[in-house]
Amino acid sequence: MHVVVCIKQVPGTTKVAINPETNTLIRDGVEAIINPFDENALEAALALKDKTPGTKVTVVCMGPPQAENALREATARGADNVVLLCDRAFAGSDTWATSYALAQGIKALEKVDIIYCGKQAIDGDTAQVGPGVAEFLGWPVITYVRKLDVEGDTVKIERVFEDGFEKIEAPLPVVVTVVKEMNVPRMASLKGRMRAKKEQIKMLTAESAKADPNEVGLKGSPTRVVKIFTPPKKTSGQKWDGIGDPIHAAKTLVGKLKEQKLV
Amino acid sequence: MAELNYGLTESQIEIRDMVREFAETRVKPVRAELDEKEEFPRAILNELGKMDLMGLYIPSEYGGFGAESSLDFIIAIEELSRVCIGVSVSYAANALGADPILIGASDEQKKKYLPPLASGEKLAAFALTEPNAGSDAGGIQTTAVLKGDKYILNGTKQWITNGGEADTYTVMAVTDRNKGPRGVSCFIVEKGMPGFKFGKKENKLGIHASATRELIFEDAEVPKANIIGREGMGFILAMRTFDVSRPGIAAQGGGLAQGALDEVVNYARQRVQFGRPIIANQGYQWTLADMATEIEASRALLYSVCRTVDSGAKDYSKFSAMIKLYATDVAMKVTTNAVQLLGGYGYMKEYPVEKMMRDAKILQIYEGTNQIQRDVIGAALIKEYASAKK
Ligand SMILES: Cc1cc2nc3c(=O)[nH]c(=O)nc-3n(C[C@H](O)[C@H](O)[C@H](O)COP(=O)(O)OP(=O)(O)OC[C@H]3O[C@@H](n4cnc5c(N)ncnc54)[C@H](O)[C@@H]3O)c2cc1C
Ligand SMILES: Cc1cc2nc3c(=O)[nH]c(=O)nc-3n(C[C@H](O)[C@H](O)[C@H](O)COP(=O)(O)OP(=O)(O)OC[C@H]3O[C@@H](n4cnc5c(N)ncnc54)[C@H](O)[C@@H]3O)c2cc1C
Repeated sequence: MHVVVCIKQVPGTTKVAINPETNTLIRDGVEAIINPFDENALEAALALKDKTPGTKVTVVCMGPPQAENALREATARGADNVVLLCDRAFAGSDTWATSYALAQGIKALEKVDIIYCGKQAIDGDTAQVGPGVAEFLGWPVITYVRKLDVEGDTVKIERVFEDGFEKIEAPLPVVVTVVKEMNVPRMASLKGRMRAKKEQIKMLTAESAKADPNEVGLKGSPTRVVKIFTPPKKTSGQKWDGIGDPIHAAKTLVGKLKEQKLV
Repeated sequence: MAELNYGLTESQIEIRDMVREFAETRVKPVRAELDEKEEFPRAILNELGKMDLMGLYIPSEYGGFGAESSLDFIIAIEELSRVCIGVSVSYAANALGADPILIGASDEQKKKYLPPLASGEKLAAFALTEPNAGSDAGGIQTTAVLKGDKYILNGTKQWITNGGEADTYTVMAVTDRNKGPRGVSCFIVEKGMPGFKFGKKENKLGIHASATRELIFEDAEVPKANIIGREGMGFILAMRTFDVSRPGIAAQGGGLAQGALDEVVNYARQRVQFGRPIIANQGYQWTLADMATEIEASRALLYSVCRTVDSGAKDYSKFSAMIKLYATDVAMKVTTNAVQLLGGYGYMKEYPVEKMMRDAKILQIYEGTNQIQRDVIGAALIKEYASAKK
């Protein structure tokens, strides 16, 4: 089997500043990490490889030249091949253009059976790229996966929600997006780390991925960000001591709810 | 942070960084729980195996990483110890158990026993101490009698690190009572061999994550082929094992002390008394300065000993003893100070330094008490000066 993992490099902190003029994230000077959910995606692929010898894992990333570090980390953990989609033409891509570019990059690889993505990236939080890649490839997509077993030409999957989970099957090839509880990402081995230092990273440009220049980068991005802002903090509301004086607290609460016509 | 230039190699820097990250992310979050529940860190050791770290000191032809320098392994122990020496001794004791095999076993024995230790699939332990033979290791009473193609072992080993958890044990037993220490031999005993059982697990002051158990041999049957070297070589193997393993105990001490210093400095920068951070007091800083200086001196001596070992030096017992003695005394002092410098909080389980202080004490006791290290150094001095006069 051949499986692909899409990973994104994100700022290693949740406190990222926003450039008010361009409405984009300021990434300078912040340590870059692999998007945490993509680490779960990578682990899922590597675990499948451990279980099913002969499985090959290719990791694909679209990003600037520095994103090479994320791919080296993937190599160190056990990925067989790594591909960086890197081209000025990709700069400014939104989720649509990114999905398209990744799908084109994946088409340039040998036949793929499963594509693993994280459920979302912690910087943009859109959760759109996984499904977007599936759409551009014309494959089924299953989101929020916490368990995946391959049986012949199908995958058996558990998909989680806040209040339960679904058990479903899908034919291969398929795109899945995985949740954190799926696994605990392994750390790279020493031999893996030594190997990763020397790894030749395969570069794909827009041209070599046969991506239409009008479909990528700012030009190919239909999304217009009108405004990004930090929402005001919610006030903590009113509190009544329900331990010291439960009767008074209950009475006041019911009174307030009636006042607001909520009961 | 400013660092002395110890001329670390590429692999040593790699090992330092990866074990530091591993200790911070995988060990630190669970160390208090392992301590509280006295739980063996099996999952952690499994993961270290997958990361190629269990076999650092084992040559590549036997499945290990084949580190060129003994310092590679020392750095791994140091970094783990910075976070928890209960975990790091469970890790390092594998090497203690494997050392007699590395030093004296046949190629066939090495091929059989080292690869599963290198991968972390199996664990090892070293068994010398008995109820009546601690510092006086020559006084062991466990016997091994050859009967046909088997040695029959009888006796009890006490306080064996990784006891019960390990699969491969290197065990010292008397094969010839009349020859004293020269009548001791070393055997590879596998868990599950007939007549080999485990006694009680000890309840200890510190290193709770480490399993310390009794080994009981009741007509235990060990294949004749499992003797390491020849009959009578056991005591020499044990002493040569200590020469290579004592720097490992020093690495535990150095790492532990560094971990304690890290805790104190970070705490003291935040804690305000008398209107300013407590670290602003000169008396406080002077204690920190002494701690930091002794830790660095201990590291410098440790790394020098490793380089001496790597250079192929024949006789370095004196230096192994010196660094075991010095680094572990520093660790005891630094961790005791750490509790003091955190005040009442240092005494509480919410902070890690009380555990560090409890853990530190064992370092001055096992693999030869620090008095015995002074004996080794003293004996070496007498010998060296006596031969220099001639
Ligand atoms: C947690 C733990 C783990 C251990 N793990 C192992 C293991 O994996 N394998 C193993 O074989 N052993 C192990 N040991 C045993 C350890 O090595 C011994 O405890 C140690 O060698 C000291 O022996 P003893 O405890 O019998 O003390 P004793 O020898 O009875 O010493 C008691 C005191 O007398 C002092 N003393 C003794 N002789 C002299 C002397 N000649 N001059 C001055 N002072 C002296 C000692 O320094 C000490 O202070 C472990 C012990 C512990 C506590
Ligand atoms: C088990 C236990 C029982 C206790 N029982 C009681 C009790 O019954 N009643 C009660 O009132 N309190 C009690 N205490 C509190 C105890 O008295 C305080 O812990 C003690 O006074 C130290 O204060 P601290 O822990 O806040 O440390 P801190 O004052 O924060 O001191 C931390 C460190 O900084 C050093 N330091 C602080 N100021 C300076 C300075 N100016 N110059 C140099 N060094 C400085 C201290 O010496 C210490 O090493 C108890 C504490 C414990 C742990």
